[in-house]
Amino acid sequence: MDKRTPLYERHVALGATIQSFAGYLMPIKYDAIKKEHMAVRESVGAFDLTHMGEFRVTGSDSTAFLDNLLTNDASVDNGKAYYSTMCYPDGGIVDDLIVYRIGDQEYLMVVNAANLEKDWAWVQSHLQSFDVSITNESDETALVAIQGPKAQEVCSKLTHEDLESIGYYEHTTGKFAGVDALIARTGYTGEDGFEIYMKYPDAEAVWDSVMEAGEKFGIVPIGLGARDTLRLEVGYPLYGNDIDHSTTPIEAKLGWVVKLKTEKNFIAREVLEQQKADKPGRYLVGMTVTGKGFPRHGTPLFSGDRKVGIVTSGSIAPAIGQAVCLGYVERGYQKRGSELEAEVRGKRIPVKIVKIPFYKEGSRK
Amino acid sequence: MSNIPENVRYTETHEWVRKEADKYVIGLTDHAQHEMGEIVMAELPEVGAEATKGDAMGGLEAVKTAEDFYAPMDGEVAAVNEELEANPALINEDPYAGGWLYAIKVSDESQFDGLLTSEEYKTHIGE
Repeated sequence: MDKRTPLYERHVALGATIQSFAGYLMPIKYDAIKKEHMAVRESVGAFDLTHMGEFRVTGSDSTAFLDNLLTNDASVDNGKAYYSTMCYPDGGIVDDLIVYRIGDQEYLMVVNAANLEKDWAWVQSHLQSFDVSITNESDETALVAIQGPKAQEVCSKLTHEDLESIGYYEHTTGKFAGVDALIARTGYTGEDGFEIYMKYPDAEAVWDSVMEAGEKFGIVPIGLGARDTLRLEVGYPLYGNDIDHSTTPIEAKLGWVVKLKTEKNFIAREVLEQQKADKPGRYLVGMTVTGKGFPRHGTPLFSGDRKVGIVTSGSIAPAIGQAVCLGYVERGYQKRGSELEAEVRGKRIPVKIVKIPFYKEGSRK
Repeated sequence: MSNIPENVRYTETHEWVRKEADKYVIGLTDHAQHEMGEIVMAELPEVGAEATKGDAMGGLEAVKTAEDFYAPMDGEVAAVNEELEANPALINEDPYAGGWLYAIKVSDESQFDGLLTSEEYKTHIGE
C-alpha cells in the first residue's frame, strides 16, 4: 500500500498526474513537464519531496560515525551541509545523500526515498562502538523545495530569518510560514533555492503559504518529471540510473566527495584510493545528442563497431532545446569533443561528449 | 475523459485510422498522447515503405518515455506529416487533425472493418 504525503490532497486538487514512486503516491506532473521545467529556470517552482528519507544522528561520536560511514568529510561547521556518497566495502555506492550539520553532536542525513530501507539497515549495521544514536524521522518529516531565481524573494516573505546570510549548502532552524522548520539553501535543480524541512502536520500550511507568496512570480507546482529533467540538464547523477552498487564515486566523477586528502579512514577508502591511482576503466560523461533521436537509460554507445559504453540517463534538455544524456564510457573514450554513436531502435545516432553542466546559466549561488 | 471521436476507427495499440477518398490517415489517440506527455520527436516512416499490419512503423519520443507506433492495416505509406518535424507537439495539441502521423494506401480495405469502433476503444482503455 503506497503512502501519501501530507500534501497528497493538494496534488489531487491541482490536477496532478500521480504515480507510485518509491512507495509513495507522488505527483509526476501537474501540467506539462517542459513548462514546469522552464518555470524553475526562469522564475520559481515548488516541489513536494516528502518521500525523501531523513535520519537524525546525535551523540558525542556523531562526526566520527559519519566519517567512517560516508566518503565525504563530516568536519564541517555547524549550519553547513555537505553532499556525499555512502559506499560498500567494494567501492560500489549504497546511496548519495546530503548531510546537514545541526550542532556539534547532531546531523541530519537526507537519503533517496527508493533506498530508504536499505540505507536504514546499512546505517544501523555500522553503529559499532560509536557513541551515537540514530533516529529514522522519515515518516514524520515533510520536505518542500522552492527552487528558481525568484526563490529567495518568495521565501523571504515567509520568515524573519536573514536568508541572504545563508550561503549555498548552509542552513538554519527557525520559523517558516509560522512553523518550526529547517531552512536550507540546497537543491537538485542547478538554480538558487531553498529546501524546507518540517513536521508532517505543518506541511499544508507551508505549501499554501509558499504558493500564495509565490503567486506574483508565477510560482507553479513541480512534479517529479521536471525534477528529473532539471537535474539532468545540470548533470547531477540520479541514484538507480547513473550510480548504484555497480559504480564507484571515482567512476562517476564524484571523487570530489571522497576525502582522500584527509587522513580519515572510511568504508572503501583503500579500494577507492587504489582505483583513483590506477585510473578507473570507465568514466561517467555528459553527451549532447547531435543527431536525431533520444538515447535513454540502457542505450549502448559505440565508437565504430566497438561498444564502448552505455547511456544511464537521457532526455530532452528543455532550456537548451536539445537531447542530452549521461553515460559511462571506457577510459580512452571520455575526452571532451569526441564523438560516439548511440544505437536506438537499430539506428546509429551521433552524440558528442561535452562538459557538464549542459545548462550553464543556472542561478545557483 | 479522453476525446474519442466516432468518425474514426481504432487499434489496441492506440492508433486511430480515418478513411479518406483514396487513402487511410493514421494518428495517435488523444488518450495515448495524454499518457505519453509532451512529444518531442516523431520518427516517421518513408513514403513508399511497406506497411504490414502490426509492424512498427516509427517511434514517438516524449520527455519521459518512448513508444513505437504500428501499422493498423497492410498497405504502402502514401504520405507523412512533415509538419511534425518542426512541431511534434501537434500530436498533443491536435491529435485527430494537425497531429496526424502518416497515411497509407491499402490493398485489402476489409481490414478497416476489423478495427475497433469508438465504443470498443472506449472499453479497451477502461473509460
